[in-house]
Amino acid sequence: MTYLAITELQKHYDNYHALRGINLSIDEGEFIVFVGPSGCGKSTLLRTIAGLESSSGGTIELDGRDITELASSKRDLAMVFQSYALYPHMTVADNLSFALRLAKVPDAEIQEKVRSVSASLQLDALLERKPKELSGGQRQRVAIGRAIVRQPKVFLFDEPLSNLDAALRVQMRLELARLHKKLGTTMIYVTHDQVEAMTLADRVVILNAGQIEQVGTPLELYRQPNSRFVAEFIGTPKMNLIPADKITRKDDTLSLDLFGNNIDFPANRVKGKLPETAIVGIRPEHLTLVEEGGDIQGRIELVEHLGSEAYAHIQLANNQTIIVKALARSELNDNQEVNIKVDVAETVLFNESDRVISVIPEEV
Amino acid sequence: MTLNQQRKFKTFLTGLFAWTVALVLFFPIFWMFITSFKTELQAISVPPSLFFEPTLENFSIVQERSNYIHHAINSVITSFGSTLIALIIAVPAAFSMAFFPGKRTKDILLWMLSTKMLPAVGVLVPIYILSRDAGLLDTRTALVIIFTLMNLPIIVWMLFSYFKDLPKEILEAARMDGATPWDEVVKVVLPLSVGAISSTALLSIVLCWNEAFWSLNLTASEAAPLTAMIASYSSPEGLFWAKLSAASTLACAPIVIFGWFCQKQLVQGLTFGAVK
Amino acid sequence: MKRSITRLLMAPSVILLLIWMIIPLSMTIYFSTIRYNLLYPGQNNFVGLLNFEFFITDPGFIPAVSNTLILLSTVLIITVVLGVALSALIDKPFFGQGIVRVLLISPFFIMPTVNALIWKNMMMNPVYGIFAWISNSLGLEPIDWLSTYPLMSVIIMVSWQWLPFAILVFVTALQSQDTEQKEAAQMDGATGWHIFRYLTIPHLYRPIAVVVMIETIFLLAVFAEIFVSTGGGPGYDSTNLAYLIYNQALLQYDVGVASAGGLFAVLLANIVAFFLIRAVGKNLTV
Repeated sequence: MTYLAITELQKHYDNYHALRGINLSIDEGEFIVFVGPSGCGKSTLLRTIAGLESSSGGTIELDGRDITELASSKRDLAMVFQSYALYPHMTVADNLSFALRLAKVPDAEIQEKVRSVSASLQLDALLERKPKELSGGQRQRVAIGRAIVRQPKVFLFDEPLSNLDAALRVQMRLELARLHKKLGTTMIYVTHDQVEAMTLADRVVILNAGQIEQVGTPLELYRQPNSRFVAEFIGTPKMNLIPADKITRKDDTLSLDLFGNNIDFPANRVKGKLPETAIVGIRPEHLTLVEEGGDIQGRIELVEHLGSEAYAHIQLANNQTIIVKALARSELNDNQEVNIKVDVAETVLFNESDRVISVIPEEV
Repeated sequence: MTLNQQRKFKTFLTGLFAWTVALVLFFPIFWMFITSFKTELQAISVPPSLFFEPTLENFSIVQERSNYIHHAINSVITSFGSTLIALIIAVPAAFSMAFFPGKRTKDILLWMLSTKMLPAVGVLVPIYILSRDAGLLDTRTALVIIFTLMNLPIIVWMLFSYFKDLPKEILEAARMDGATPWDEVVKVVLPLSVGAISSTALLSIVLCWNEAFWSLNLTASEAAPLTAMIASYSSPEGLFWAKLSAASTLACAPIVIFGWFCQKQLVQGLTFGAVK
Repeated sequence: MKRSITRLLMAPSVILLLIWMIIPLSMTIYFSTIRYNLLYPGQNNFVGLLNFEFFITDPGFIPAVSNTLILLSTVLIITVVLGVALSALIDKPFFGQGIVRVLLISPFFIMPTVNALIWKNMMMNPVYGIFAWISNSLGLEPIDWLSTYPLMSVIIMVSWQWLPFAILVFVTALQSQDTEQKEAAQMDGATGWHIFRYLTIPHLYRPIAVVVMIETIFLLAVFAEIFVSTGGGPGYDSTNLAYLIYNQALLQYDVGVASAGGLFAVLLANIVAFFLIRAVGKNLTV
């Protein structure tokens, strides 16, 4: 059942249309991640849900209640800010209990809640410290703790990990995932980091230029992107996009002409009218280097060894460079001519206006 | 010389130079200070004497002749009083301009500053006449009102630039935590701005304490603050440098010592946040 | 609703300043067009621009305007140039930095009347002053500063008061200068002068603008120093506009002419302010 419903949400700034009609339903207990490039409107959307920005149109309903015009404080939401926004003049304990004290919760109850939250976040020993005496990770935990004590209906996270160093970021990501499992509360999380989006989310919302580009589970977005934008945004290294200059149909098979090399593609996987040209999207792991009988040929330009695997940057006949995932210890030399096999089952096609026109088969 | 020695030598030269500049600039104050402990004869001795038996006589004479305490109290009341009133008026204005800026906020600020540019002489006569007609000539009330208005633009500006630098997210966090606008100001903004508000207050106090134009023109004896008292020593009735120095030392000492303790905040404050 | 609260919070400041500006100013404008001498009460008839004519043809007018501008520009140049140079020279850690700061800022806290008295008597007195003693020790004839170089003397007093302020602002600003930038320049072969010219000076643009603006506010209104030391003389040699108007109003009791002069001062200040706020205002807001 829909818990948080956003309908036709608009946000205009003086001369800037930040949100262009957002429609989204979120179920109770879901972990939703908003992701997109900077300026796509993801933070504006979160802040509008929080009530920190007023909406210019549309409605937001939470648990059956219209909260569009409600003050932030009355929405039953808690937010964790990118800069943590701890109150610098208060101790950790006071930071944690500020909201409860404002709500005039009885002292005993406040103490009990602060105690249990600080225990679960390993903040017990720090309760009397001021924020400036804490490390980045500790501040982050206080910020999260401050949100948890209030037991809100929804947690909002605005790029909470972006101020942490890489190692700590991975650790906090795991802690957040655990926290969500334990609390089971609905969480909305904004990030520009697609790895965070993929690892944390039940469903990912990809935003672009103030509109929702696609909503889906991480795997759906990865395998079946709706558009070139999503395809390129999700996945590292990026999906390879190779133009097919000519498409010919023979019975149930489409023959994609990649500058002289033909790839057969099942015709029933293409939706709608048959295009004359297309962009072929293939992820690096769905390309394989083979001794012979490959679908396309190229010349190795550079190999990146990551230890667990290697990425070969290969120049094709049209001078385009694609990336192929290879075995860690493969003996690859620069300038070596290679054959590449394409996993057609995992290949997607985009039309000229960058929308997807193919479907991935159910069975892999 | 090794590189290390060169560096040490450079540091030494920098220090020597800085100390020289500081001592030269400080010398007149130092001279005033020691002259206040001389007898009148020692004060005008040629060559100037640096070693002498210090006397406190001048100070008691100044108190007797000019009633130092009376003028000092006037200075304290006018500078602290007007600063307090100006702050009460300015804090809400600066708060609203910093946190809820509108399209005209910048224009309003510039306009406020431009009122500070209006030369006092331009309105001397009207103010004099208005105070006379209101029976406020030679009263501390008149000075408090004028000092308040005189410093209001600078105080609003300083507070504005401090408030503007407070991280907005902290206020938003408070809002999410259920704080009303009143809670925001009282429980978050004010505790965070104690330093800013006090250094603004300090600056305003210094400016009022040293204000001379209105003090000289609107007060006679009853409400005259220290600036006006000192001016009475300029009349050429003989060479009373020791007493003059004692009076000056007494007039300046409170604010100079006060200034020493907070010089850093003062300078930062006066630059409207342009210098961090 | 939010908008109205915002206005309400600003209202006291704005309204008070409006009153402070409009009422006296309109009174000044009114007085400037009538005959109004405190020695001849009851003869307040309209005289048009006669007061302005009197004020502008006053023998003190031209000297007062030029003295005001000379005072303003000279003190600005002295404090900014010396301030930048001195602060760049002492912008390194050295022994007793804290004490030096305290000594340096002290003149800024000295009230203008005391400032003038110290300089007039103990420094510049041709017989007993420190300057006279220095001249004598060097075998030179002592100078009677106040009567020989009256405007110069006032400039020295005012500069002494404001140079420390400039130095401290610039020193504070220099502390935020990027050291990596300087090191990069050194690696690139820049000399100390190059660094000063191409890195330090541009870094100081904003603080310089601020110093110029604040000093201008106070320098246009220099009064007490002149009142206490030279009394505007000899002749009109050290009379500035503020002092000239003061003379008209309180010494010659001619409110009409003084008001005309006041308006002229407002006009002059506005001309200066117009350019300044244009130049500096950009640097100050948000």
